[in-house]
Amino acid sequence: MTPPQRRRRHPTELPQPAGKQAEGKIPERLYVLTGAAEDGDRAELDLVTLIVARTDAPQSATPEQAALLRLCIAPLSVAELSAYLNLPYSVVTVLLTELLAAELVQARAPIVRQALPDRSLLEAVMHGLQKL
Amino acid sequence: MDFKSSDTITGPRTEDHLPSTAQAAAKIVIVGGFGVGKTTMVGSVSEIRPLTTEETMTQAGVGVDDNYGSDTKTATTVAMDFGRISITEQLVLYLFGTPGQERFWFLWNGLFEGALGAVVLIDTRRLEVSFDVIGRLEERGVPFVIAVNSFPDAPRYPIEDLRSALDLAPEIPIVECDARRRASSRDTLMALMRFLYSLEMTKTSPV
Repeated sequence: MTPPQRRRRHPTELPQPAGKQAEGKIPERLYVLTGAAEDGDRAELDLVTLIVARTDAPQSATPEQAALLRLCIAPLSVAELSAYLNLPYSVVTVLLTELLAAELVQARAPIVRQALPDRSLLEAVMHGLQKL
Repeated sequence: MDFKSSDTITGPRTEDHLPSTAQAAAKIVIVGGFGVGKTTMVGSVSEIRPLTTEETMTQAGVGVDDNYGSDTKTATTVAMDFGRISITEQLVLYLFGTPGQERFWFLWNGLFEGALGAVVLIDTRRLEVSFDVIGRLEERGVPFVIAVNSFPDAPRYPIEDLRSALDLAPEIPIVECDARRRASSRDTLMALMRFLYSLEMTKTSPV
């Protein structure tokens, strides 16, 4: 039996630089709870940026903000916040932008491929996987 | 509690809390066509019940996707399942089962750009559905391994035939796996990590 045949491709210039999305490009995300923040004002947040609450929710917090602050008493990724809050990722990043500006949460930056410092991270992950 | 809406929100179980020492997270994407077993693989190795993050996009972005939601009148919801593995007290690894269609990838900033690497899960009954995604990864320079999810009734090709059919560079690992099994999925992730490690070892000059 002969499988179908693919043709290899090669690295190309991306239409937009890595890590910086071309905002306003179609298709667009749909916003529902965006508050005051405009699209371009959002904090640089990755799916796996870890968020930790600094304080309890102040009186002025919206229900969504208060719920988010309660969730991240222990560190939680932005993706997990999106899942537990049942809100789109983009909406969570807007909420987090507000909370970061108000210094109500702390963000712990992810490890990304370009920033790989050395082999120790890969070794740590392999060691961790071995234990599974 | 004060707010009605937050009463309905179920957070992580206590045993699913990350330690406060968790300093940073990395991510791996598991990508492949619909039904190829992405969510199964995420679920088999995740320490938490797999979760779903969704993104909604407007009509402008709606293509002809048959897999995510049926209401395409004004908006389409794209879902991505993910899981988590605590590596150390400081380091957490997240696994994202990612839709194969590139037009959805932008919805999650840096999904591929920031990932350590990718596992392309393939089904030999529908090999061609993985062609495009493999090409996209090549174009983006995302390191990846191929994992053949062994479905019982799928044709079995010799690895070298698969390499030839997929036109893969000789160094790219091809592994067989059973996404339902934790050990098998873990070994697949290990194959990716070893591949990334070998890339680090052979890295001679900055690109």
